[in-house]
Amino acid sequence: MRKNSEQQNEMLKGTLDMMILRTLVGGDAHGHTIAKVIERTSEDVLEVEQGSLYPALHRLEDRKWVSSYWGASENNRKAKFYRLTAEGRKQLLRQSSRWRQMTRAIGLVMGEESGAQ
Amino acid sequence: MSWMRFLHRKRSDSELQDEIDTFLTEETADNEARGMSPDEARRQARLKFGNPQKVRESLWMQNTPQRLAGIARDIKYAFRTLSRTPGFSIIAIVVMALCLGAATSLFTVVRSVLLRPLPFRDPARLVTVYEHFRGGELSYHPVAPADFYDWRSKTHGFEDMAVWRYAGYNLTGVRNELPESVPAVAGSSNLFSLLGVQPALGRDFTEADDQRGSAVVMLTWSVFERRFAGNTKIVGGQIHLDGKPYKVAGVLPSWFKYPDDSIQLWVPYKSDASPEMLQHHDWHGSHVVARLRPDVSLASAIAQVGAVQYQNHLQYPHDPVAEDVVSRSLNEDLAGDVKKPLTLMLSAAGCMLLIGCLNVANLLVARGAARQKEVAIRSALGAQRATLMRGQIAESVLICAAGGVGGILLALGATRWLAKTWKDLPTAQSIHMDGSVIAPACALMFAAALIAGLLPALSTTGKSMLKALETSGRTGSSSVARTALRKSLLTAEIGITVVLLLAAGLLLKSFMELRAANMGCVVDNTLTLQYNLPGKKYDTPEKSNAFNEALLARVRAMPGLRGAALGTTVPGTGYWGTDEFTVKEHPPLKAGEHLPDALTRWVDPGYFSALGIPLVSGRFFASDERIERSYKVIVSRRLVQQYFAGEDPIGKHLHVPGRAHDGAPNLMDWEIVGVVGDTLYQVGKEPKATMYFPILEGRGGATLVVHTATDPLQFSVPLQKQIASLDPELPVSDVLTMNQIIGASLVNASLSATLVLAFAILSLILASVGLYGVLSYLTTQRTSELGIRMALGAQRDQLLQLMLLDGLGPALFGLGLGLVGGVAATRIFQSMLFGTKPLDPVVLAGVIGTLLAVAVLACLVPAWRASRLDPMQALRTE
Repeated sequence: MRKNSEQQNEMLKGTLDMMILRTLVGGDAHGHTIAKVIERTSEDVLEVEQGSLYPALHRLEDRKWVSSYWGASENNRKAKFYRLTAEGRKQLLRQSSRWRQMTRAIGLVMGEESGAQ
Repeated sequence: MSWMRFLHRKRSDSELQDEIDTFLTEETADNEARGMSPDEARRQARLKFGNPQKVRESLWMQNTPQRLAGIARDIKYAFRTLSRTPGFSIIAIVVMALCLGAATSLFTVVRSVLLRPLPFRDPARLVTVYEHFRGGELSYHPVAPADFYDWRSKTHGFEDMAVWRYAGYNLTGVRNELPESVPAVAGSSNLFSLLGVQPALGRDFTEADDQRGSAVVMLTWSVFERRFAGNTKIVGGQIHLDGKPYKVAGVLPSWFKYPDDSIQLWVPYKSDASPEMLQHHDWHGSHVVARLRPDVSLASAIAQVGAVQYQNHLQYPHDPVAEDVVSRSLNEDLAGDVKKPLTLMLSAAGCMLLIGCLNVANLLVARGAARQKEVAIRSALGAQRATLMRGQIAESVLICAAGGVGGILLALGATRWLAKTWKDLPTAQSIHMDGSVIAPACALMFAAALIAGLLPALSTTGKSMLKALETSGRTGSSSVARTALRKSLLTAEIGITVVLLLAAGLLLKSFMELRAANMGCVVDNTLTLQYNLPGKKYDTPEKSNAFNEALLARVRAMPGLRGAALGTTVPGTGYWGTDEFTVKEHPPLKAGEHLPDALTRWVDPGYFSALGIPLVSGRFFASDERIERSYKVIVSRRLVQQYFAGEDPIGKHLHVPGRAHDGAPNLMDWEIVGVVGDTLYQVGKEPKATMYFPILEGRGGATLVVHTATDPLQFSVPLQKQIASLDPELPVSDVLTMNQIIGASLVNASLSATLVLAFAILSLILASVGLYGVLSYLTTQRTSELGIRMALGAQRDQLLQLMLLDGLGPALFGLGLGLVGGVAATRIFQSMLFGTKPLDPVVLAGVIGTLLAVAVLACLVPAWRASRLDPMQALRTE
């Protein structure tokens, strides 16, 4: 299981930012929710490593793609919520279109019939 | 952006900790919802999250610029290394502080005096113009007023030209304040507007003020503050100069200190000059300031003035009217005499700074050697050369930064001291440190840090460093290159030290020559004081004579005095006036030939015997040779040698056009009655031909000189009381001993000699410390070799000799280099020397002897230690 996640790490590296931004399209969320949503929507294939999630969130905030505020979590804990900014939305569009191009190209090379997903 | 991140990294870390807590709580809650026990739920949450410390670390790193962190680490490491050897660090920092302080403070003076523009409007176009007699060496001769008026009216290269001359007044109060004699300047009315100076209070002089007999005065800020307590009511009011009322037109601003800060008052140029004086082409005593037109070159403007002056010269072939003019910028004119000593001192301070850097470099090379293995291991583990060098340079940067801070503090004090002690420094610009000096000082500091750090860093991180791992054995071969580097650093250090020692030796010798110069008269136990009888009260020669004689009689009656004399200018106080003359009994001079001239002094009959000036032939003045019977003159031996070769001058007559007899303007012949020994008008100058006239012809201004049996200063108050009892309103000035007068004229020579000597001694100490360090290091390096030599039968004194020669090698080589460089360098400041030549054998021998002695001493200790090694111990040492 652990080893599995190590392997995913490589792939996640460039895409984690994009997936966080995508997750926030659904609404403001704190770190735990973001990780849970990513895991769930990927049907537990992708396991978000906390070691990269939080630095990534801070990095995105630093680049002004997300903003943050302190609020209360579902369990009434103080939690830091992240919100997608207009700039972040644009970035998400750019990144996801590039991602689609990439996966389609890789799909073509690998000989899969449904390249574009 | 990254800076914000860097500055906020503490806060973002604490936020992260909160976020981690939130995550763990949420996950635990989720797990509990899934049906786990609370403990298990918490455990699983923690497992899932992983190591929170690692998350925090990775955010921290993300928020820290890596390069900066590296530098911070280097500095921290260097700081630890330095504080492990506090002795070394403190010495290195003090050395750098001294060197940087000296360099910064001299640079401040140079910048203020030579480089900074004057505080006047568009100062680059301000020039001074002087007369120049062709044939002699370049001299800046004061200008005659008639010449100036011709220049101003007949040339067009300058926007305007202004003229001024020194003057002096007795300032007396309206309400019985103490009288005071004040230095003043008489300047033409356009001078202030030409310079671009507005009065701080009141008005400028007008054209109408600048007339004979006008009684208008402008105060400088210092006299306004000091004497009139800054009371603005004085503007438009009256003050008394020489007993005459003057109207105060205005007050000059506080920063205005031209031509120097002793000047207290300004009067219009023509106010006390007779029309005849203003028409003289040979009354050389004025200074001309001119503002160049923007569209005219200085050369062509000066050429025009020169042409006008040449016409004047042709018009008056028998008068001393110069053929030509010379000019220099106002800035240079003010800096004039200090430029050379200043440049010399700045170079000396620069040399010392270089030696300081070399010394720190040398010490760092030694430390680098001790860290050889550490460096090798780090580089074997993958450290890049740049990283290793950065680590090494950090040490010298730290030393130089600490030294630089100390140096700047030191320079603050040193600059103030220099500005106060150095008499000739022009004061038109204030000398102080500001950002524009501190910035170059910091640059200098970092340059020094690089020089001191780069050499050792390069040498310890070279390609051969991996050898250090192999050569843990006995060969020590990798250190050969480094030893060579240290030796060449040392050679350079010693070379520069020798140059400094030579310069200091020469300056010191010429200072001592000056000090020992024979004035030609009594110097010890003499006190002088000056007074100036105001012309209004003492309006006849008889009244002046009565005062002078009464004073002399009273003073001579005082106990404890060996003699008293009255003269206008006593030896050592300066050039003052000269007069041209011809010898009546000689054939007339050819047209165009220069008239001979001689210094003019007035003395009382007892002057020569009281001052111990010997009579060569003839006699002194008689006390009845006064007023209408005073057509007698006494000349100095130098005048006889120059103009009466092989003749007896007694009974001959000097024809002095400038000294017509009172009431008989056509009588200009003076009979020579005596010849006296030469005196020096200024220390360091050749004696000049001198004519002495009787002071009893009715002169009002005089210097009283008394020769006392004991400490002369205790007589200053009784003497002033004698004067006050004769005339309570008469101010007395310049109460000084002759030694003080001479000392004051030597202050600059003594200052440059002392400073350069201090720099040289410090350099010598640095060099000997370096020598000692290198040789100690060599001894340690060669311990096992020495052990083998001893085991093979080498004698102890052979080893001593071996090590001594090894250390003296660079010393001798540096000495040779330094002598060559020093002889070349001292030629440059030859003109500052007196009675000394650049190749003075005494100084050369002294320098060589001192350096060798110090070098031998510095080498002896480690060499001795080497020869005392226990061979068994030495062989075992790695």
